[in-house]
Amino acid sequence: MEQLYQQVILDHSKTRSGEGQLPAPNGQSFQVNPTCGDECTVQVSLDGTRLSGLAWSGRGCSISQASLSLMHEMVEGEELAEAEQLGETFRELIHNRGQDLVPEKMELLEDLTAFTGVGRYSARVKCALLGWMALREALAQARLSTGGSGQAPHTQA
Amino acid sequence: MSSKPTATIASWPRPPRESEVQPVLTDLLDLASDFPILSRKVRDGKPLVYLDTGATSQKPRQVLDAEREFNELHNAAVHRGAHQIAEEATEAFEAARSAVARFVGADVGEIVWTKNATEALNLIANGFLNASLGRGGSSASRYKLGPEDEIVVTELEHHANLVPWQELAAKTGARLRWIPVTGEGRLDLQQLEVINERTRVVAFTHASNVTGAITDVATILDRAQSVGAYTVLDACQSAAHLPVDFHQLGIDFAVFSGHKMLGPTGVGALYGRRELLEALPPFLTGGSMVEVVTMEETTFMPPPQRFEAGTQMVAQTVGMRAAVDYLGAVGMGRVAAHEDHLAGILLEGLTQVPGVRLLGPTSSEQRLAVFAFDVPGVHPHDVGQVLDDQGIAVRVGHHCAQPVHRSFGVHASTRASAGVYTTTADVEAFIDGLHKVVKFFA
Ligand SMILES: Cc1ncc(COP(=O)(O)O)c(C=O)c1O
Repeated sequence: MEQLYQQVILDHSKTRSGEGQLPAPNGQSFQVNPTCGDECTVQVSLDGTRLSGLAWSGRGCSISQASLSLMHEMVEGEELAEAEQLGETFRELIHNRGQDLVPEKMELLEDLTAFTGVGRYSARVKCALLGWMALREALAQARLSTGGSGQAPHTQA
Repeated sequence: MSSKPTATIASWPRPPRESEVQPVLTDLLDLASDFPILSRKVRDGKPLVYLDTGATSQKPRQVLDAEREFNELHNAAVHRGAHQIAEEATEAFEAARSAVARFVGADVGEIVWTKNATEALNLIANGFLNASLGRGGSSASRYKLGPEDEIVVTELEHHANLVPWQELAAKTGARLRWIPVTGEGRLDLQQLEVINERTRVVAFTHASNVTGAITDVATILDRAQSVGAYTVLDACQSAAHLPVDFHQLGIDFAVFSGHKMLGPTGVGALYGRRELLEALPPFLTGGSMVEVVTMEETTFMPPPQRFEAGTQMVAQTVGMRAAVDYLGAVGMGRVAAHEDHLAGILLEGLTQVPGVRLLGPTSSEQRLAVFAFDVPGVHPHDVGQVLDDQGIAVRVGHHCAQPVHRSFGVHASTRASAGVYTTTADVEAFIDGLHKVVKFFA
């Protein structure tokens, strides 16, 4: 159990970085997990090619809440391309059945590697990815509304 | 009676083998060894503690054998063809119908096979819809609904006994109303005035798959009958846990699913009083349910065949028959007493886990061994995960009943539910496990 519920996850599920709302978001997305009714809303604002603001709200299990909290810490203030690359790498990790990715990717993920064990439990994959699905959609919307550099990459959830 | 071996009840498909004869049972039931899956290990060698019977029950060897034997020796399409195995299959199919009818206190012509309870409820609702659209001739006009009519459901319902009625209301213009639940998760019988002269249908559950509350059927029936409304009972959770007799209850329609009562998935049933089924237009149409078909129109068979379109799930009905034979041999009174005993242990154990809030009656009167609960500050997914790590299988989520969760002010819960094979050791392991959950997330 300790392998799944790493301390980072337990801590972030309680402290929850970035919970709240943005005054004037450029994009937002609402996602639900139909199996448990968990939901989240992610709002983003852009400053050119930089993700200048991110806020989220919602309810869910410790995995989904910690994932949103860490997402906020890691992507806010980053270049869009980097935030998106991080999201894709995280998705890859969660779909990797509990195995590590190559070292360069694990390094990129930093604290998000705490979620490696989630991939062993297929019922929890959606929990870890709910917030990141919302981020992807919110960014796509923001790029359109700000006339930014086109659409976000489309990859598998 | 109680020690009667299950398979001797059935002359078909074969006499019992020595190994299948049930031991004489003492006070508590000890049937787990009849259920092969209950001896498997999960999560790195832990014995499986299965407390998710409310979602689907496990199946005894007798059911698995009956299904396999049918497939190995008698498999054929039923009510078609004149060869020997087609005759055997048809006999088995109809014998299963008789056995299931007897088990729930119905006549054989009053049981319609469906794929599950959900389909059976949709069958009823769509019968009303088709009647409202003018189908089924003058005899079906009794089922016509319009904007001046009302349909009553309850806040306690599984989505299967709610959404089809919402749809029916939306399509016919009828108004959907509901009986609310009390703070304890029982139907609020003080608020039966929602059933009035405009009410045409009252659909309600016999026992809640969330709160475990058993409904006072007679009181609701009295009220519904006094205004001339049809009554529909969802017996999914009661059929495998209580003695159920539809004739004695006096209900108009009822539904249940094989997989929740030790039988296979893919088979369920609709019960309808004969005269009511006679007048109900079909839902699914096609082969096997027709008399004369021309290019312009078709006449339909009498019930139950009118409602059994297409090639039927024969092996599953045979398995369901073996399941009701099994339950019948144990005796539903004894099943209920056994589960009552487990409910007592669960109730006491749950109240001693720090912080745990029960979503359901806190007394063991008129309730099943079905316990949904909230662990404040710990999401049900996390509760279930830590239990699963100990080999304990429970259900997490809204259990297809969002409205009753909303009435408790929660979105989801964890649920432990017992069955005929559940042991005292199972429920004690669960209570211990839950103490570990609370410590883990403290
Ligand atoms: C009370 C109740 N009604 C209806 C159903 C639906 O049964 P099925 O999914 O077998 O159609 C269930 C099963 O979850 C139930 O518990």
